[in-house]
Amino acid sequence: MIISVASGKGGTGKTTVATNLAASMGQGVQLLDCDVEEPNAHLFLKPEIEKTETVYLGVPKIDEGKCSYCRKCADICRFKAIAVAGQTVLTFPELCHSCGGCWEVCPEDAITETGRELGVVEEGFSNAVAFVHGRLRVGEAMSPPLINKVRENVKPGIVNIIDAPPGTSCPVIAAMKGTDFVLMVTEPTPFGLHDLRLAVGAVKLLGIPYGLVINRSDMGNDDVRTYALTENLPILMEIPFDRGIAEAYSRGELMVDVMPEWRDAFQGLFKRIEEQVASCRLQGTG
Amino acid sequence: MKELVVLSGKGGTGKTSLTAAFASIAKDSVLCDADVDAADLHLLMNPKVEKRTDFMGGNIAIIDADKCSVCGQCEERCRFDAVHLDDEGEKYTIDEIDCEGCGVCVDFCPEGAIDFPEKKCGEWFISSTRFGAMVHARLGIAEENSGKLVTLVRQEARKLAEANGRELIITDGPPGVGCPVIASVGGATALLIVTEPTVSGIHDMQRVVELAAYFKVPCMVCINKYDLNADQAEAIEVFAQENGVPVVGRVPFDKQFTESMVIGETIMEFCKNNGLGTTVKQIWETIGKHL
Repeated sequence: MIISVASGKGGTGKTTVATNLAASMGQGVQLLDCDVEEPNAHLFLKPEIEKTETVYLGVPKIDEGKCSYCRKCADICRFKAIAVAGQTVLTFPELCHSCGGCWEVCPEDAITETGRELGVVEEGFSNAVAFVHGRLRVGEAMSPPLINKVRENVKPGIVNIIDAPPGTSCPVIAAMKGTDFVLMVTEPTPFGLHDLRLAVGAVKLLGIPYGLVINRSDMGNDDVRTYALTENLPILMEIPFDRGIAEAYSRGELMVDVMPEWRDAFQGLFKRIEEQVASCRLQGTG
Repeated sequence: MKELVVLSGKGGTGKTSLTAAFASIAKDSVLCDADVDAADLHLLMNPKVEKRTDFMGGNIAIIDADKCSVCGQCEERCRFDAVHLDDEGEKYTIDEIDCEGCGVCVDFCPEGAIDFPEKKCGEWFISSTRFGAMVHARLGIAEENSGKLVTLVRQEARKLAEANGRELIITDGPPGVGCPVIASVGGATALLIVTEPTVSGIHDMQRVVELAAYFKVPCMVCINKYDLNADQAEAIEVFAQENGVPVVGRVPFDKQFTESMVIGETIMEFCKNNGLGTTVKQIWETIGKHL
């Protein structure tokens, strides 16, 4: 099973929920941190990293000795990553989306594929919890290719929990698509609700069943709960604001370690997610 | 003309709340919401839209089934796994969400069976608010946030400021360090990084400081909820000092951040003359000195 944890708004508690859910299960589980721009899960799970891989994106390298300046590569590129002027050709590798069009179309065989560094993928274990994350190179614009690389590490036969980035655009889609369940985390405030609606829209487009966790549940108003009821969005857990939880979080501690009663609560959350996935499969909606 | 871009790295540190508060003190600025993916500033600014424009963000490939000879060239060449046989297994179809808009399938299709229309990815607005003009946008759900829309709203804010003789643009930035953040940094006078004294807040702030250095844009830091963890707050101050980043303010954890948001007011409108309002005003004055 693959569960993605998403939100819309940043700072609602995705990483808190994802890491504590994984830790409460203890084994038969992997945490994949796909928030590659700002990965935080490792700060709480503190994994022993066993493998580090630098990930590259294929970008064009042009051999001017073979180039006839025919412009076919510049013409096919929709991302303005190649420019040809007279007898000069320039590539802008940071703009390249790696579609391969330029080297496919080159009649002189003058273009080879070289690599632009995206970042790193690191794998390891935190006790018996498997862990993998991506860390985007600072200066790199595109996160989806690195997110896709992290996702290649999904392990069959266990529960995979994906910590997604904030928002609803392409990095979040890359983190959520093809997962079995999206666990949305929100705060009961106008910003939280506004962004939750957008996130629900994205999840519906992907056709994945979903449920909700309300964090800092007593700070705000009731509009999120009303929305959840009208949307048939099941509320699977509420975490009230607790200075103790916030302080533990600030120190990089898991709430299931610091406050053991939350271990049971997160285990209960997992059971409810399993029930949701099973009932959606029965209804043919999953 | 100057532009202050408010960033954080980590989401939820208080960027938008503070941007709105500064807008209500500055009064003479143009506001720009560059967090186009999950834009929230309008929830406090209550903008009156005066001009709305479609944002065309690229193209999308669509196979004309009547012309498709099922040769499979498109599926073979697509590096984004966007082309698959349809449910009946008869013709190829392109997934709208996975399509990168690269056009390779379009150019190589032997039947010319693939259309490549421009795609509307969102819309942008020029509005008026009780604190001045505002440029903001709405990116469509699941759209590519290529930074183009961010660049566009910032350019329009600049045009508006020039046209109206405004000296300052205050830009609410996106979280992270990727494409939309990079698009919000270029040409900025300074960045204000709003952080919090947590391991996550520090980790993420450090990456934004690294990004700022990479793009050679000066930055400053404000610590929100600073009394949550004295050790972490101290660590931020030490890091800032070591990296030549001025700390322009420290805001204590205060439920009025949420309370003001819930009723749609900026912190300054809600707090008027109380402690939090005074603190934020002082921070704005300090920022002014660095700008």
